[in-house]
Amino acid sequence: MAETTTEAPTFEALSLVPKADGKQTMKDFKSDQEVRWCPGCGDYAVLAAVQGFMPELGLAKENIVFVSGIGCSSRFPYYMNTYGMHSIHGRAPAIATGLASSRPDLSVWVVTGDGDALSIGGNHLIHALRRNVNLKILLFNNRIYGLTKGQYSPTSEVGKITKSTPMGSLDAPFNPVSLAIGAEASFVARTVDSDRKHLTGVLRAAADHPGTALVEIYQNCNIFNDGAFEVLKDKEQAQEAVIRLEHGQPIRFGAPAEDGLGSKGVIRDQATGDLKVVDVTVEGTEGVLVHDAHAASPTTAFALSRLADADTLHHTPIGVLRDVRRPVYDTLMTEQLEKAVVQNGKGDLGALLSGNDTWTVVG
Amino acid sequence: MTSQVSSPADQQRSPGSPAKEVRRLERVIIRFAGDSGDGMQLTGDRFTSETATFGNDLSTLPNFPAEIRAPAGTLPGVSSFQLHFADHDILTPGDAPDVLVAMNPAALKANIGDLPRGAEIIVNTDEFTKRAMAKVGYAASPLEDGSLDAYRVHPVPLTTLTIEALKDSGLARRDAERAKNMFALGLLSWMYHRPTEGTESFLRRKFAKKPQVAEANVAAFRAGWNFGETTEDFAVSYEVAPASAAFPPGTYRNISGNLALSYGLIAASQQADLPLYLGSYPITPASDILHELSRHKNFGVRTFQAEDEIAGIGAALGAAFGGALAVTTTSGPGVALKSETIGLAVSLELPLLIVDIQRGGPSTGLPTKTEQADLLQAMYGRNGEAPVPIVAPATPGDCFTAALDAARIALTYRTPVFLLSDGYLANGSEPWRIPEPGELPDLSVRFASGPNHTTEAGTEVFWPYKRDPQTLARPWAVPGTPGLEHRIGGIEKQDGTGNISYDPANHDFMVRTRQAKVDRIEVPDAAVDDPTGDAGLLVLGWGSTYGPITAAVRRLRAAGEKVAQTHLRHINPFPGNLGEVLKRYDKVVVPEMNLGQLATLLRAKYLVDAQSFTQVTGLPFKAEQLATVLKEAIDG
Repeated sequence: MAETTTEAPTFEALSLVPKADGKQTMKDFKSDQEVRWCPGCGDYAVLAAVQGFMPELGLAKENIVFVSGIGCSSRFPYYMNTYGMHSIHGRAPAIATGLASSRPDLSVWVVTGDGDALSIGGNHLIHALRRNVNLKILLFNNRIYGLTKGQYSPTSEVGKITKSTPMGSLDAPFNPVSLAIGAEASFVARTVDSDRKHLTGVLRAAADHPGTALVEIYQNCNIFNDGAFEVLKDKEQAQEAVIRLEHGQPIRFGAPAEDGLGSKGVIRDQATGDLKVVDVTVEGTEGVLVHDAHAASPTTAFALSRLADADTLHHTPIGVLRDVRRPVYDTLMTEQLEKAVVQNGKGDLGALLSGNDTWTVVG
Repeated sequence: MTSQVSSPADQQRSPGSPAKEVRRLERVIIRFAGDSGDGMQLTGDRFTSETATFGNDLSTLPNFPAEIRAPAGTLPGVSSFQLHFADHDILTPGDAPDVLVAMNPAALKANIGDLPRGAEIIVNTDEFTKRAMAKVGYAASPLEDGSLDAYRVHPVPLTTLTIEALKDSGLARRDAERAKNMFALGLLSWMYHRPTEGTESFLRRKFAKKPQVAEANVAAFRAGWNFGETTEDFAVSYEVAPASAAFPPGTYRNISGNLALSYGLIAASQQADLPLYLGSYPITPASDILHELSRHKNFGVRTFQAEDEIAGIGAALGAAFGGALAVTTTSGPGVALKSETIGLAVSLELPLLIVDIQRGGPSTGLPTKTEQADLLQAMYGRNGEAPVPIVAPATPGDCFTAALDAARIALTYRTPVFLLSDGYLANGSEPWRIPEPGELPDLSVRFASGPNHTTEAGTEVFWPYKRDPQTLARPWAVPGTPGLEHRIGGIEKQDGTGNISYDPANHDFMVRTRQAKVDRIEVPDAAVDDPTGDAGLLVLGWGSTYGPITAAVRRLRAAGEKVAQTHLRHINPFPGNLGEVLKRYDKVVVPEMNLGQLATLLRAKYLVDAQSFTQVTGLPFKAEQLATVLKEAIDG
């Protein structure tokens, strides 16, 4: 099984967050509220993975906050025994930005969906990513509107037949990973609800990242869009459809070749500069790209994100596509406050109110 | 009361000057008018500063177009600054200017209609070219065709004189010409015996990186002064004595509404011992608060310029959840965008200040002009029953106190609060007595620190919606507090536990409880000013109409009329005695810069026949006009 990161996490991004006193278990993160998703919903698996992963961070759970918008997945905070806010449609990244930028001692997580993050809240998502606020955004993508009972979403494939598009949807979908990379995201990953180990590995890498981390989670809506990701889950089909990315490893997938790695590889087309998939048993392994999640330029990560076919999901890369360091908004904000005190001294209200031009009236 | 003003008033008398006549005036209204690029706002600001330092009472009305640089020389491009100053307590920027400084034909044409006969007009004759006059529809020169015979016109070639004065400055002609506003300021400063040192040191500070430009402006300023001193055309100068008796003892400064509001927010943060967090998106006329707060990071102030209005308030609400004194600043169109989040704040019951610097609407409306037409939006502009307290400052300086009061309500009752200022208050200025920090109210809050409820099973738990029995406020439990982990959201919550609840009776209870919480907010009784105690007419206003209404009431009383006045700072909830006050009077007149929004609220709540007097010109009421209306109400 592929690991999503080769480096041991230090959770440096969470260095300002107080640690838990004792050892935690998954149970510590379960709230007393009954989980009310449809039976069989992919959200259950993600919730279990997150609750199971949290003890690994070892953070005081009172310093963890989950903020969500509106949609099925946005009920998530109610089920986490941490602080939480179930806000309004699309606005979770904005609200979380205010919280994270005013409280560096908190670990702030955003839970959102494809409609919440990419339609009504698209503006807030891209601006959170470009600012690089210390937020971990879990984007549950089921390619459908679930809570409003089954309209097409901004990630639905063209021609999708839904209640609002009986003759098929007309608009081209977003690829959330491409969008995030285009929005200057410093961390972008994709994973799948049913692959607990991979999902946990991606969460670990995201938690370890200073700044905004966007994790797209392909999540099955068994009521309105069942089997949307079956091609990535069915063992046989997945072998050809899924490109598992690992930092520092050659990008190989498909049925094993003689060297034990996949028989397909991703190479750069010398003529166009674009990426393409080749059969390494025919073309050889020379030129197969080695995945570099830390590459300064987002070009290759973007090109990787474009390998996926929006309709069939063939050649869908999963794992950490991009993980680079750049200044974190909330850290910079705190530094400016400290610098202002060094330059001007701590604020003196009396002096502020008086200003420079005063006159005195004596009684 | 014996009082004195410490500012020396005679420093500007230059020794050995020819003895020109000096007349004493009680008050003067000056309007500076020119192109948007002529620096009229700066000129007005400087004259205001000198006037404040001199010790006059004053009130200002900046009036400028929304375009940054409208086409030069056109009527829409005219920018003006009106200043009223006096040796006594005054309330408004004045109805009609005594003196107009017109930097070009457009400025003359746009403002002449406001001048009473006999007013003085200082015109920059250099700009009265055929082309410039034709641009604004003057077929013949108004300086020569007799159309200004009713006024005292001082034709001054301001541009030529400025260029001449700066010929040795080394500045190109074009750059030298730009100092003509300082020449005009110098001339007016001479006419009204204003101190000059402040302006000279201001210019040197402002152009510290361009000493040549600084000195040129100082030279132009002095040349204007000397021009007044030596030219025969200006035979008279005027003295307006300091308004010594108008001011209670104390230290004073001049302050605009937006500056006072910014300081009020910082003071509230200090008094509450909570960090201030501003989430905002630039919008006229509120942006100056964002600018000002951004300069005071050493007070622990965090300012976040968001991607849009919604993110501005969203970030503020997130910070409020984290325990900050959270603020968002905007104007009417921004409030419209923030409405859903304000509703969330009502549901979450977190403290949040929404500062609305009202401007002309609807839609983009009149971005740089004033109006009071967001009252009903603030009151009702949300889905569901979502009551929000409303606080309105009455004068520029009062914006400071109103901000503290709005913060008190937000923090005590855990609720969003509207602070409704407007463009007139925001940009207008007045002398302000600087409070000592010790005079400010204690706004300290107590965060929840432990369980507040015992279950039937005897377990100690934390209930995020268990209320204070007095205020009905819920506990403010901030992340980082162990044992109080809880989840809140916009879905209806069960009373007490805060868990999601769709129970009909619970929803009915929660809606009524949120309303009751706002209704119970402690606000002071409305003070009624009724000197004779038997007036039949009550004039009632809110917000920035305080100055014009009070000035009108004074005029009427000076003429022997009986009129009572009250002014509302709190519109939601209304003062407890308001119903009784309204019923005491035969007639109630409510002047508003909208089509009668407060009157609608009063009529609905108290079933009184409150009569509206309304104006939506983008400008404040004139005292004269209000006095006439009130006189008619008394007589009618």
